[in-house]
Amino acid sequence: MDLIKDHPVLDFKHNAKVEFTFDGSKMEGFEGEPIAMALHANGVRIYRETPEMKRPRGFFCAIGKCSSCFMVVDGTPNVRTCITPLKAGMKVETQHGKGKVPLASE
Amino acid sequence: MTDSEKLFNSGVLTEEKPGAVKPPKDLWESKKQGLVVVECPQRIPCNPCNTSCPTKAIKPFADINDTPEIDYEKCTGCALCVAVCPGLACFVVDLTFSPDKALFKLPYEMLPVPAKGDTVDCLGRTGEVVAKGTVEAVVEPKKDRTNVVHVSAPKEFADKIRAIRVVK
Amino acid sequence: MREITTDVLVVGGGAAGLSAAAEAATAGAKVTVIESDLQLGGQLIKQTHKFFGSKDEYAGTRGYKIANILLDEIDQNKKNVEVLTNTTVTGYYIEDQMFTAMQGEEEYFRVKAKKAIVATGAQERLIPFPNNDMPGVYGAGAVQTLMNVYGVTPGKRVLMVGAGNIGLIVSYQLMQAGVEIAAIVEGASRIGGYWVHAAKVRRMGVPILLQHSILEAKGDKVVTGATICGVDDHFQPTCEQKEIDCDIICLAVGLTPTTELLFQAGCEMQFVPQLCGYVAARDRTMRTSHPDFWSAGDAMGIEEASAAMVEGRIAGHSAAASLGLPVKKENFDEYWKRLDHLRAGEVGEKIRAGIGKVMRDKWEGR
Repeated sequence: MDLIKDHPVLDFKHNAKVEFTFDGSKMEGFEGEPIAMALHANGVRIYRETPEMKRPRGFFCAIGKCSSCFMVVDGTPNVRTCITPLKAGMKVETQHGKGKVPLASE
Repeated sequence: MTDSEKLFNSGVLTEEKPGAVKPPKDLWESKKQGLVVVECPQRIPCNPCNTSCPTKAIKPFADINDTPEIDYEKCTGCALCVAVCPGLACFVVDLTFSPDKALFKLPYEMLPVPAKGDTVDCLGRTGEVVAKGTVEAVVEPKKDRTNVVHVSAPKEFADKIRAIRVVK
Repeated sequence: MREITTDVLVVGGGAAGLSAAAEAATAGAKVTVIESDLQLGGQLIKQTHKFFGSKDEYAGTRGYKIANILLDEIDQNKKNVEVLTNTTVTGYYIEDQMFTAMQGEEEYFRVKAKKAIVATGAQERLIPFPNNDMPGVYGAGAVQTLMNVYGVTPGKRVLMVGAGNIGLIVSYQLMQAGVEIAAIVEGASRIGGYWVHAAKVRRMGVPILLQHSILEAKGDKVVTGATICGVDDHFQPTCEQKEIDCDIICLAVGLTPTTELLFQAGCEMQFVPQLCGYVAARDRTMRTSHPDFWSAGDAMGIEEASAAMVEGRIAGHSAAASLGLPVKKENFDEYWKRLDHLRAGEVGEKIRAGIGKVMRDKWEGR
């Protein structure tokens, strides 16, 4: 993970390391920290693709307001990954288009 | 706009202004431990230099937005203000350090932290390398991770050197 | 749907919200703080620099430590304060006087509050240029979150757009995190932030290019560079162009108040350029035209965090008083004295002009 090792002012305390997957690849992140941060630390920059123009989108506002970092998490689309905590075993996927909300019957 | 005004508008001091006045020459040349040089030429709401000064050399502010005024007779060059100033706008320059060198007490909040004896780049107000300097001491007066690096460098750059870069 | 009730709902747990909550809870009000982020502290927890102001605004203390001071104060009144993080207030329904909120991405619930303090802060502005939606173009606040809260390296080389306080401070913070700053571009002919913040980055060798702006972000799928250009006095590009090698373009081009809830509550709103957007009309207690709604901090106009904290105090004080709780009148006067001091300088001139437009002596019909 691409983390800041030494900082002149701050000491970083991280939670326990957990594994998750991004588009099927295994990655490591810290439990309870936002999914978007874990992805960024693993070098992932593209989080979704827009519905019409198919343009790549990634991290942008980090306060859950801009929709740039919407992804499919454990099958649920449009998850604000910048303010959704990472859990062990999460299945995170690039969102293509608007995403499909799974129905209860599916 | 003149080039000098342009530089100032981008954060580079080009001439003396209220809040950024050099100490009087005679006193400066004779004062052991040096005198403070403050470069704070804009009225902003801030007063820790005054409230932290143990000798009240930084005169009381009538209004918190006042730019600092200094009573150089009272300044002991202790550099507490260097460690406290949120704008990193206080520097102490000691012209009595040696016949040819001045001692600069500069705020430093970067990594790596240099050690005594290290040779560092001494930087001017636009980050240009002015001279090589020798680190004489590194202190952390408030234990809040603002280091004050004491570095000696040729006296002729007393009015130029305002930062250091640690060269690996 | 689940419903919770509270005396004072504070929406937003940043500088203003925490101050409001601490003040109201100390006066004895039952307070609920709802924060959309995973932790409290808002922008404060991202600030590694020491704050300006006087002792009363924790001058000389680094921002993230100020957050701890406020959290400690709240902890001392924890019997009165309930905190819900990772919870977003999604709306206010005026006909039922009811808030709705969402825990995480799934569970909705209702909140019934006697009084509300909207301390929702601000959101970042975007400027138009080709590829401004490309991954690698980040808001300055987002970069701070990434590196200062979660310790993730944002990139290798950054082009900073904007030399207001945020652009200048974040540039300095990026250097502390070991990231190189290619340049700071600023459309105006002078930096907008405090001069000392600019001097700090200049002497570390960072160029601040005045009367320059970004023309285009470059890259195939992610940012690999940018084209910048000179701009004239009317902000029109000149023929002077330059390619910048960078993997991050950080936008620090201003903020705009987050005011949806105030609109939904029917508060009298006004567009005030000096306060950077639509803001609520307010009286000196930070109460809006809706008698049960207060607001404070950047939601009431973009200003320094030190002012946001004092405004929060005033709102918390007044909301508690409106519940019939005993509060000290002299505290109110003291808070206003502090605000007046903070706004007295040349940088405060714009704020004073803006506030002059939305400050009301009294409300019609009350």
